[in-house]
Formats: sequence, C-alpha cells, structure tokens
Amino acid sequence: METGIHELTAGYALDALDPDERREYEAHLADCERCREELASFWRTTEGLAIAASGPAPTPELRGRILESARAEAQVVVPFEPRRRRTVPALAAAAAMAAVVALAVGLWAARLSGDLDDARSALARERAAAAVLVDPDSRTVALHAGEGRLVVGPEGDAVLVLDGVDPVPAGKTYELWIIEGDTAQRAGLFPGSDGTDVVGIDGRVGDGDVVAVTIEDAGGVNAPTTTPIVASEPV
Amino acid sequence: MEALAPTVLALPDSRRSWPMRRQHAHLSDEALVALVARRDENALAELYDRVGRIAYGLALRVVRDDRLAEDAVQEGFLTVWRTAATFRAERAKASTWILTLVHRRAVDLVRREERRRVEPLPDDNATASGPVAEPTDEAAWLGFERERVQSALRQLPDVQREAIELAYYGGFSQSELAERLGVPLGTIKSRMFAGLARLRELLDESAQEGSWKPEFTS
Repeated sequence: METGIHELTAGYALDALDPDERREYEAHLADCERCREELASFWRTTEGLAIAASGPAPTPELRGRILESARAEAQVVVPFEPRRRRTVPALAAAAAMAAVVALAVGLWAARLSGDLDDARSALARERAAAAVLVDPDSRTVALHAGEGRLVVGPEGDAVLVLDGVDPVPAGKTYELWIIEGDTAQRAGLFPGSDGTDVVGIDGRVGDGDVVAVTIEDAGGVNAPTTTPIVASEPV
Repeated sequence: MEALAPTVLALPDSRRSWPMRRQHAHLSDEALVALVARRDENALAELYDRVGRIAYGLALRVVRDDRLAEDAVQEGFLTVWRTAATFRAERAKASTWILTLVHRRAVDLVRREERRRVEPLPDDNATASGPVAEPTDEAAWLGFERERVQSALRQLPDVQREAIELAYYGGFSQSELAERLGVPLGTIKSRMFAGLARLRELLDESAQEGSWKPEFTS
C-alpha cells in the first residue's frame, strides 16, 4: 500500500486527486517524510507547468482589488494543513519582523557597495534565517547575557536576534561561538549595527549547547580570547 | 533541503532589481511572506508584482475566462494573506506555494463550471503565443522558461503528457480522466506519476545544459 499512496504524490501536486484520496493522502503526508520531499520536488515541476502557461497580463485593476479585499478583511489564521494545526509563536513572529528589517538594511548596504555577490549571499542567508524564524517548530531560547534571543530550528539551524549591539570598532569583529561542554566552535563573524542584528549561526546547535558572541580582532580567531558580551541559556 | 534546491526554476535576481521605488523590492519572496503574516500590505503587493502575472496565466489556462481567472488569482492571493503564518519555507518556495493556491482555486472554479467539458483540448501553440509587450528581463526570462518547459513536455510519451496536461491545465481529476480516456484508474495514476517524474528529470537536465542569464545592465 505504501507504494500505492506514494504514487498519489503526482496527482496531489497536479491537484488531480479525487476528494477521498486527497484527504487520505494529506493524512499520510503528515507522517511520511519521503512523500513530503517528493511533493516538494514535484511542486517545483508544476511551477514549471505554471510558467509554461504564461500569456497575457491581467487587467491592472486586479492588483488594487486584491489589496482592497486584503485590507477589508481581518486576517484570519487558517492552518495550511488542517490536520496539523500550527501557530507561530509570538516571539518567533516578532523576531521574523525584526529579521526582515535588519536584513533589509544589510542587503541595501551590499547593493550600495555594488557587490552583487555579497548581495546574493546575503539574500541566501536572509532566506535561511527567515526560514528558521517563521518555522513554527523553532524554539526561542532566552539570553543569559545580552539583549535579544536565540531561535533554534528543528534541525539545529539557529539565528541570533540581538538588540543593542553597536557596530564593532575598527579592526575588530564580533565572533559567534557554539559552545558544547568546554569546547567553543567558530560559528561566524558579523559587524554589528545600530539596529537589531539578525545573525545566522554557521553550524548546528545541539541540545545543551550555548551560543555566545565575543569581540575579537578583525578576521576572527580560532578560540575566544575575551569574555562573551552575549551568551544564550543552554539550548 | 539543499540537495533539492531548484536550479531549474529559480526566479532571476533581475526581478528584484527593477528600477522602481518599491519598498520591499530587495527582500526574498520568503521574507515577504513573513511580512504578509504580519499584515504588511506592501509585502502582499510586492508578491503580487512578482508572481501575479504567472498566476494569472495559469488560472486563465485552466478556467479559460478572463473574469474567472482574475477571481482565482484574487482568491489565491487572499489565501496567502490569510494563511501566510502557516507557510513553511522548507517545504516549498513562496512562489511555488502561491501558484499552488491559485491553481487549486482555478481547479475548484472549473470543476464547478461545466464549460470545459465540452470545449476542445488546448493546443500547445495556442498559449505559446502572445509574447509580452515590454522587453524586460522578466519577459525574456518567462519566454525562455516557457519554451524550456514546453520542449520538455514534448519529449514525454503521449499518454503521459496527455494525463499531465488534462489534469493540470484541464482541471480533470484522476477518476474523471479514467472515465474520459476509457482506461483503468490505476493506469491514470501510473501515467501521471511516471510523467511528472520524467518531466522533473528533463527539466533538471535542461537546467544544467544552460540557463538564461539576466543581464545587469544598469
């Protein structure tokens, strides 16, 4: 039967399942990682089919109508998957907002400097950070030192959201650490900014680990040499 | 998820560099959805500017009526507005998600209408016409992608292409297709799966052969 229901992935991606089978498949999807991955890749294929259908543009009024209707109704949170009700923790949502603002500033700066590669990698980091911040399964961990919070995704991807970390002095950098027991693993550098900093952590953060930030010489060092200005509670 | 990353259909960065004063033009689609979840109308507008045209083309292909197609797009985007907080970036790109929502609405609408059942099947060339008026990077990219996907579709065995096109563009369910084509339901399911898997393979291959490069001229 496993193969039978797996085969329905194509029909589901094409919106071609009959109602009963669609419900059966959605129930199965909640428990089958293999089907979820297959569906994700089939959806990319159907996006191609959508693009292949492109033709004339809609009337210009459509945009206004959509925005007007959106404004007119109170936003109701309806679960995308009715069987697995999900809500975004308020903190994560607030963090996502802060992330977008902070990353926007970073991206804008990269654009101004004319460095497209920087802008692209910033975009990739932004996507990764946004993914962790909006994932309802992410956990928020308080900071033991410093202002802000650590958001950890289900796979250990983590984002540090920091308030009140000033731009680092010339010749210095902020360096991130994942501390497991008494070993500190390098987890990236960032310059700090006047506003909220949203910093993706390089590497996976495991249970019991602590994420910390120290000020080091530009370029970073292999082991922390100063007292952390930011440290999370153990994850 | 990185292994599944779509080299194939990634929308070009040129979409983000239109010289307009758009507040959110520099944000990723996924970041925009996060903002929409916070009820940011500008973010919804920006998503519409990026995906609305493709969504409309898709809806029109399914419902074959301007008015109904706009209804499907509108309802799809309102679903985005209402449910953005539930979007999970690791499962699908935001553009894919939006197109899925619009497609579902279009299929719902066409299944309610009886018209499609008596009309002839769409001709590939019929929709391939109508190059976009303005010679933008976006239009060039769309034209390139459209041709690439259509060429991949043409390489599918006839029965597989037929199953996919009737389902996705025609809005027929699997059981409706089995009846219409006079073959067992199991055969339809197999054709659809084999066809979509093959199409995915062909698109991956053609993406590796070379892809359209946006030009950063200004």
